Amino acid sequence: MFSTLDFDVIRRSIGYLFYEGMTFTLTLTALSALGGLIFGTLIALMRLSGYKLLGRIAGLYVDFMRSLPLVLVIFWFYFLVPYIGQWLTGASRPIKVGAFSSSLITFIMFEAAYFSEIMRAGIQSISKGQPAAANALGMTYSQTMRYVVLPQAFRNMLPVLLTQTIVLFQDTSLVYVLSITDFLGAASKVAQRDGRLVEMYLFAAAVYFTISCFASWGVRRLQARISIVR
Amino acid sequence: MKRSYIIGLALAAALGAGQASAQELTGTLKNIKDTGTITLGHRDSSIPFSYLDDNQKPIGYAMDICMKIVDAVKKELKLDKLEVKLNPVTSATRIPLMANGTIDLECGSTTNNAERQKQVWFTNTHFLTASRYVSKKANKINTIDDLKGKSVVSTAGTTNIKQLTEANAARNLNINIIPAKDHAEAFLMVETDRAVAFVMDDILLASLVAGSKAPDDYVISKDAFSKPEPYGIMLRKDDAAFKKVVDAATAALYTGGEGQKIYDKWFTQKVPPKNLNLNTPISPELKNEFAKPSDSPDPDSYK
Amino acid sequence: MNYNWNWHIFFEPNPMGTGTYLDMLLSGLWLTIKTALLAWIIALVAGSFIGVLRTLPSNTAQWIGFLYVEFFRNMPLLVQLFLWFFVLPELLPRAAGLWLKQLPNAPFWTAAIGVGLFMSARVAVQLGAGIASLPRGQKQAATALGLTTAQTYRYVLLPLAFRIVLPPLTSEFLNTIKNTAVAITIGLIELTGQARSMQEFSFQVFEAFTAATVIYLLINFIVVTGMRFLERRVAIPGYISGK
Repeated sequence: MFSTLDFDVIRRSIGYLFYEGMTFTLTLTALSALGGLIFGTLIALMRLSGYKLLGRIAGLYVDFMRSLPLVLVIFWFYFLVPYIGQWLTGASRPIKVGAFSSSLITFIMFEAAYFSEIMRAGIQSISKGQPAAANALGMTYSQTMRYVVLPQAFRNMLPVLLTQTIVLFQDTSLVYVLSITDFLGAASKVAQRDGRLVEMYLFAAAVYFTISCFASWGVRRLQARISIVR
Repeated sequence: MKRSYIIGLALAAALGAGQASAQELTGTLKNIKDTGTITLGHRDSSIPFSYLDDNQKPIGYAMDICMKIVDAVKKELKLDKLEVKLNPVTSATRIPLMANGTIDLECGSTTNNAERQKQVWFTNTHFLTASRYVSKKANKINTIDDLKGKSVVSTAGTTNIKQLTEANAARNLNINIIPAKDHAEAFLMVETDRAVAFVMDDILLASLVAGSKAPDDYVISKDAFSKPEPYGIMLRKDDAAFKKVVDAATAALYTGGEGQKIYDKWFTQKVPPKNLNLNTPISPELKNEFAKPSDSPDPDSYK
Repeated sequence: MNYNWNWHIFFEPNPMGTGTYLDMLLSGLWLTIKTALLAWIIALVAGSFIGVLRTLPSNTAQWIGFLYVEFFRNMPLLVQLFLWFFVLPELLPRAAGLWLKQLPNAPFWTAAIGVGLFMSARVAVQLGAGIASLPRGQKQAATALGLTTAQTYRYVLLPLAFRIVLPPLTSEFLNTIKNTAVAITIGLIELTGQARSMQEFSFQVFEAFTAATVIYLLINFIVVTGMRFLERRVAIPGYISGK
């Protein structure tokens, strides 16, 4: 049974798989994590701001995004983002948004909902005395957040944030449904062209597995170190 | 009095002319001029129309035609440089991505029919093909009725899956229809016995069979789900100025004999990546259409 | 916006001859529910078993639990579904593989099992943490009463642990429902898949996706409300009553 397998197909396509596919996947993961963290922190701040309306809007956004399957959100955004661009800029026709930008916007918007929950927990984990002390020192709200609360919240939550980023790394494979050439997309294109599904999908699984395992091992070590320091 | 009338008329004409040429640059043309780029939608596995070669670059008959259109657009807009961006599309995403401006031309194997014309426009027809199915000879599926109760695959978002769905309902065939993302994936489902047949345009089936590991194992049906239907390069709806340029470019290409040359290159000679020869000389119907280019969605108008 | 809105599309007949487009979406909803429920049963059973393994005093048991969780957590769900659907039948003996591939509802069974196993790793982690969070005295008291390890888990630890992890399990159940949408890649035409088919047949992309979105929101609302009710029902007065 294994005699019919041809693992040479991996060697022949390795450049394409990593140079195009994995580059896309990793770039998308890194930028979405960064964007999602920034946007997510803003949402978390809105929810904790004390302004009822702002908090409600942020809460609705998070609940809304978390209710929907990522696949559906990916379709939505790929078709909708150009119209949103048109609406935002007041252009006469839909704005042209490429596959990468569209996926990036999708993942930032989607992951922000998840990152915001993590950051909210992080901010709430800071004892009330700290912002009170900062306030007593005459710091404004934004200074308190910028210099006192957020750095600590971020540091405390770093392992959780990184774990979520590993989930995000795996989730980016779903852009497959749009025929975009991420790592899995590249593997499937080779697989289907050469009729080598078994070899390519096993290889893709092994690569995702290795990277995720290695990353989660790193996160566990980081967590151990942080918990000692604290 | 009379002179001023004539001057006024001349002025009006000049103004009118000026307005007309300013108006020409609307929609897609304006966008192309402003950005210096044009985005082509291409397919993964519509052999030999639009597919990825060994270096994963999109090539094919429809891609060649599109590049000719790009040249014409460049000339029309008097641009020194026109950057061509490529965006992969599937049968399921191509129409929304055309409507939302992500792609400007869709270079593939898209059937031009009246229903789709409510959403998108097409330029002159570049191929005619009927909807059939491929199955393994060993399965002895001789007619559409033999598909009764079996699993049959087709590509999501195609006219073919719709025809299959409708035939299934009309003839009570109780077929289990599996939608696949693209043609290569659908064909693999037949190759690995997950589905007994794959319903698709016969030319695409022929090229998938030819490129398979054991071409002799497969047979393409005599029964058809449709008449030979026209393929067109897709463009955005309600963009008459852009369509005019594209229509003129394709008409010149087809009537001038160069269309035939491009056709022969992809259908009667070896094509990459597997060096297959599809041995499909141009049909008399398509030859007629090349002589008198048409963008009609009506299959009967090509007889 | 050059888009033809048509909200009446839901009441127009679909090309499958199964009624209207709305019926099409509802049949997708039904398949989503069926797949998610079966997946959830698999996730709960396998997840509980592995979760318990992770808390047993035996090193082997903990290792098995650890490896199981790492295996299913470190691959994208989409890749796992591909492994089950495209790869597994080819690695089996030919007859078995053929039988598997020609099952009439292959995408449904693959999706339910694939999503179920994927989710079971997460259930195992939640439950393991729940058991670990119980005061050590519970287990010691059970041992003192002469309960075997199996009895201790059955009558003491698991009933308490499940109550603790009910809120996170609710969100894992919601994740199970959402994750069934990934199975459109192996040809399961559940709710998202039907919305996509509706878009392909009718070209009304935004109407189709809006309807699917609304249905997902409703499912979410119903599940959250139902689980809150369940949490209150099973809460032990005076002890970990919810949060």
